[in-house]
Amino acid sequence: MDLSFSKEDEAFRAEVRAFLEAECPSDLRGARIYDVGREGTLRWTQILYKKGWVAPSWPKEYGGTGWSPTQKYIWDEETARIGTPALNGFGLNMVGPVIYTFGTDEQKKRYLPGILSGANWWCQGYSEPGAGSDLAGVRTRAVREGDHYIVNGQKTWTTLAQYADMIFCLVRTDPNVKKQEGISFLLIDMKTPGIAVRPIITLDGGHEVNDVFLENVKVPVENRIGEENKGWTYAKFLLGHERSNIAGVARSKKSLEKLKSIARSEMAGGRPLIESPDFKRKVAELEIDLLALEFTDLRALSEAAKGKPPGPETSPLKIRGTEIQQRLTELTMEAVGYYANPFIKGGPGRNEPEIGPDYAIHSAPTYFNTRKTSIYGGTNEIQRNIIAKMVLGL
Amino acid sequence: MDFSFTEEQTLLRNSVARFVADNYTFEARREIVKSAEGWRPDYWKQFAELGLLAAPFAEEHGGLGGGPIETMVILEEFGRGLVVEPYLPTVVIGGAFLRHAGSAAQKEELLPQIVEGSLVTSFAFAEPQARFDLFDVRTSAKKSGGGYTLNGHKSVAIAAPMAGKLIVTARTAGGQRDAKGIGVFLVDATAKGVTLESYPTVDGLRAADVRLDNVAVGADALLGEAENGLPLVERVVDEAIAALSAEAMGVHRKMLELTLDYTKTRQQFGQPISKFQALQHRMADMFVHVEESVSMAYMVALKLDAPEAERKAAAAAAKAQLGRAGRFIGQNAIQLHGGMGMTEEMAVGHYFKRATMMNILFGDTDHHTRRFAELTQGAAA
Ligand SMILES: Cc1cc2nc3c(=O)[nH]c(=O)nc-3n(C[C@H](O)[C@H](O)[C@H](O)COP(=O)(O)OP(=O)(O)OC[C@H]3O[C@@H](n4cnc5c(N)ncnc54)[C@H](O)[C@@H]3O)c2cc1C
Repeated sequence: MDLSFSKEDEAFRAEVRAFLEAECPSDLRGARIYDVGREGTLRWTQILYKKGWVAPSWPKEYGGTGWSPTQKYIWDEETARIGTPALNGFGLNMVGPVIYTFGTDEQKKRYLPGILSGANWWCQGYSEPGAGSDLAGVRTRAVREGDHYIVNGQKTWTTLAQYADMIFCLVRTDPNVKKQEGISFLLIDMKTPGIAVRPIITLDGGHEVNDVFLENVKVPVENRIGEENKGWTYAKFLLGHERSNIAGVARSKKSLEKLKSIARSEMAGGRPLIESPDFKRKVAELEIDLLALEFTDLRALSEAAKGKPPGPETSPLKIRGTEIQQRLTELTMEAVGYYANPFIKGGPGRNEPEIGPDYAIHSAPTYFNTRKTSIYGGTNEIQRNIIAKMVLGL
Repeated sequence: MDFSFTEEQTLLRNSVARFVADNYTFEARREIVKSAEGWRPDYWKQFAELGLLAAPFAEEHGGLGGGPIETMVILEEFGRGLVVEPYLPTVVIGGAFLRHAGSAAQKEELLPQIVEGSLVTSFAFAEPQARFDLFDVRTSAKKSGGGYTLNGHKSVAIAAPMAGKLIVTARTAGGQRDAKGIGVFLVDATAKGVTLESYPTVDGLRAADVRLDNVAVGADALLGEAENGLPLVERVVDEAIAALSAEAMGVHRKMLELTLDYTKTRQQFGQPISKFQALQHRMADMFVHVEESVSMAYMVALKLDAPEAERKAAAAAAKAQLGRAGRFIGQNAIQLHGGMGMTEEMAVGHYFKRATMMNILFGDTDHHTRRFAELTQGAAA
């Protein structure tokens, strides 16, 4: 066991920091994906792509960086420190690994470059109105007709489908077997006739999720990943990847710093809020939780470095990671007091005349929005079921 | 001891509940919240006709002579419907200031206007540096001529955009955080030097930041004592907290009901999700919190006329609990709705947002827990 960073690691950190300082456009720093939109995300993706740093977790042969786990950790810290905008995770962290692990050479050639360069925006078509926690219950039907599937059904909660060029879908190809055994994994071009996207507005007023309707959508058989009716295997592989990225330690550390700086500016009892014993204690408790999460994450990382694929051990990371994110947004809202209440559209700096401090804008909507993190990616109740069954053997 | 409602109180509840059911469907409320005005002045007139705006006032001013229980009944039903009209700022708060401290002339002029529905008031007390301390007042009121000149900045005054009168706390003497030296002033919203920066709030109300720039008011604008207004403000805020607790009781009950209904119908893994014991326990805990919210709403309403120290502790306790319960019930209501809980189209999210903002108004759980400790254990050394 060893915690220290080597000289090489420190040099790497300096290199990364210098690159990010120089290259990350200032208008994108710290901005939410809804503010930067597809254009801003693409701009940043292109910069990373040109540098060859867009996919730190991919194998080198497919365009990854070949970094060690420590280097990836440093990368996460440094990008969080600058506040680089989010990338299209559905491509880079989800379908990308599925394609390079289970895809044909043809599929790899066709899809991986667009994922890396950002040219193709991917979205995730797993959930359906009737299939949320019970994901294997998907009913969107794909019927084989010659060298095509004809797909009919509805996907829902599809994040940023409004930007998407491609959607990866779980579809039912055999309704007559055990539900996990009749599912296939299809890659579908969003421009195919018969696809309609309808916005779902979330309680914070944002548009980040959608319904996606599929009516007689023709999908070439060559767009199927792996074998027919084996889609559940690939789906679970992907969920493992999704969960392993979900702890979000570096971003939470950054939010914690921000929270502390807000608590230094806000006044309570005639003194800075950060000096209030109640608030101090809450922030300290949160920071201790975050430290525990960080070391749980590092332990998982070190297992992964030995080549162990992510398994049910990632569930605690999902549960605690999301609870901490939620608590951070909650305390941030709490810190700003009454100025959490105004509903100001647009980003910071764009409100004229100014209503309250810049950091107060969005504090309540962000808290509302972050309730999603214990719902998506397998709800925190489902994660507990996984721990109970798969880890504890109950 | 008796916690039952009188026949009149039950009739009052039924009439408010009927109004809400008929006029305040979820869809109707969304339209109101989205509209340019942000409220329905015609509903306000109906409130007047139903006698709701007259509830807490003496008969000589056109009132019905009701007390805290009548206010509680009305606000619980308003909470269940997420009614956005400015009842709390006008009837509860504006009304209380006038009842407790209004001069005969002020009462005669203004109470009938409130009762008939022609006057909305907004309580402009918060300041950016003050957080939740009612006595932390920088806004100044300087004697000039026969009256006062007001200068300052008040934050997030609920209902100010539709108010005819602002009720403004201002410093007449002493330093920024002195308990002594605070006066309460009635200011015309359209007076020269008053600027409103209006906005919607995240929970569907309208509010404004109020800037006062050499606003001249007469001596008759003063409510109560010029240099000792804090006890009045504290009393009125405690009454507002009692009303808010009643509203919270409605909001919390409704969030539990919505969650029970949803989990009983939502099927996953071939059964209603309400069958999962993990969720049953969660809903049982929500119920425990709801019961406490009800108890605290009753408790504080019944103690509003108790001796000052007891009244203050009651309000602090109720407000602290309201925040904790709203958080637990609200967060779990969303969680148990799954993705549906995150949507603007489901009612539950709107109740959650209101519950969250109710925690902030007049001081959050931390503030009131601390206040309760000071009141019951003596101030910390
Ligand atoms: C903002 C957001 C973005 C999303 N983005 C995407 C996306 O891009 N692509 C995609 O495919 N999906 C996406 N999702 C969907 C997400 O994965 C689902 O919401 C999630 O799987 C839960 O399903 P559900 O919403 O149907 O809730 P339900 O499954 O109906 O769950 C409701 C409640 O019941 C509980 N519950 C269910 N089963 C059990 C059980 N067996 N034991 C105990 N409790 C249980 C749940 O934990 C939850 O509290 C997104 C969701 C949100 C909110």
